[in-house]
Amino acid sequence: MSLGPAEVAKIAHLARLAIREEDVPAYAHSLSAILDLVEQMKAVETAGVTPMAHPLDMAQRLRADRVSEADQRERFQAIAPRTEAGLYLVPKVIE
Amino acid sequence: MHDKTIAQLSAGLAAGTFSSEELTRALLARIERFDPQLNAFITVTAERALAQARAADARRARGEAGPLTGVPIAHKDIFCTDGVRTSCGSRILDRFIAPYNATVVEKLDAAGAVMLGKTNMDEFAMGSSNETSFYGPVRNPWQLDAVPGGSSGGSAAAVAARLAPGATGTDTGGSIRQPAALCGITGIKPTYGRVSRWGMIAYASSLDQGGPMARSAEDCALLLQAMAGFDPRDSTSVDRPVPDYRAALTQPLAGLKIGLPQEYFGEGLDSAVAAVVEDALTEYRRLGAETVAISLPNSRLAIPAYYVIAPAECSSNLARFDGVRYGHRCENPRDLLDLYTRSRAEGFGAEVQRRILVGTFALSAGYYDAYYLKAQQIRRLISDDFRRAFAEVDVIMGPTSPTVAFKLGEKVNDPITMYLSDIYTIAVNLAGLPGLSLPAGFADGLAVGLQLIGDYFAEERLLNVAHQYQQLTDWHQRAPAAFA
Repeated sequence: MSLGPAEVAKIAHLARLAIREEDVPAYAHSLSAILDLVEQMKAVETAGVTPMAHPLDMAQRLRADRVSEADQRERFQAIAPRTEAGLYLVPKVIE
Repeated sequence: MHDKTIAQLSAGLAAGTFSSEELTRALLARIERFDPQLNAFITVTAERALAQARAADARRARGEAGPLTGVPIAHKDIFCTDGVRTSCGSRILDRFIAPYNATVVEKLDAAGAVMLGKTNMDEFAMGSSNETSFYGPVRNPWQLDAVPGGSSGGSAAAVAARLAPGATGTDTGGSIRQPAALCGITGIKPTYGRVSRWGMIAYASSLDQGGPMARSAEDCALLLQAMAGFDPRDSTSVDRPVPDYRAALTQPLAGLKIGLPQEYFGEGLDSAVAAVVEDALTEYRRLGAETVAISLPNSRLAIPAYYVIAPAECSSNLARFDGVRYGHRCENPRDLLDLYTRSRAEGFGAEVQRRILVGTFALSAGYYDAYYLKAQQIRRLISDDFRRAFAEVDVIMGPTSPTVAFKLGEKVNDPITMYLSDIYTIAVNLAGLPGLSLPAGFADGLAVGLQLIGDYFAEERLLNVAHQYQQLTDWHQRAPAAFA
């Protein structure tokens, strides 16, 4: 499978990556090479094979719905790029 | 002191031959002297190490020491360490001071181990040569122009160069075993679920597993003893008793049935590496083991399936790095989308972006069945191959890597060639099995690793099988001349 520049730009948008225009051809080339490698899977018939999402056949463990963590907001916000009055700041979302 | 194994250091500390503070100072001095050549450490935590060493000495004086109390180790910079930068080899986390400890770090701290620092690694553990690190490549102590392997290359180089007697690593597709092989040390990737992933920065969650890297199987047993166990904070942690790994080491190997997969000895395997592996198998026969030919027919599909599953999981896991709550944020974002896309593009390196893009593509509408679902079906076939094999044999053996360490820069611009260096290790992660690499000799002055693959939760057996070989050979005791 070969990806063109427009497809790379679309995937980059979905992945929220601002890829520079001049880097798009290189990504198109290397992503196409990876997809070619991956295509080898097509040579094998897998109809009826149960997909394996996880190495151990285990049920998802659930915990009781009760508070187990102490409030550490100040510690966590100390490593944030921008905060004010206990809130995380981002550019204005609603005009 | 630096040339002693963890087992020997533990005995020396117990006998009072030296204190943990003396030992820690000696190793910190070695790091200061030698690491500029290797770049194995991203962060050295000298003050914290000395405080931990003094605490360990005090604990010993109170008669409360365990086997790891006062033993210095290094942590791969993927494990969160409270109050210490945890970069994961990435610019996006360059200034991230973790606000908590990973379970693995907490457990080793509780055992009294001393943390010397955080080791270099491929960015977000994506790489097989340590060249994708934001902090620059690590060099192989056996030949400084060669790679140490990856992604746990800093841990492997630090142990091989005697800067630390042991270190933690993580393995998603071979990231403990391949660098262990290329640096001539011993490393074990436990069964998925054996070691807690809590606080271990996620790459591909259904494949990631932490484990120890050290010079001998005995040292790996000592470290794994402290690292393994159930953790309610990791929803995939397995609630199963941890056996006494060290006690199992002495079991004789007579009657051991070793499976040799024909697919691991064919085209693509370097002939000098093959010769070293053959010699190791001869030693095993001498120890009373029997070798039988087996087949893992879907082996060649492991890399294709992995390069769908791992990128798919990584594209989802790395979505959390958005420049809002922690990590790198771009300057003057115009709006929220600009903040996300530029922070991520500036923060992630090329290989990480490549894998995020592949994963995003594989999970996107219209392609999910052909790629992601197909890869999961292949994963089942690969896992079934191993199930059938373990009905007949006790362990599987083969080369860890098809070649010895390659030159820095040799494969960095060719992702596909780089990916092929994990051809013998990736299937083990897809199945979730334990795998171990041990030093088996040299080719062209560079280390060759023998890979041991075991059935689920057979870490005990793998460490035993490796230890018995290490009683008969001295490859694991060899030190690179420049760092002896």
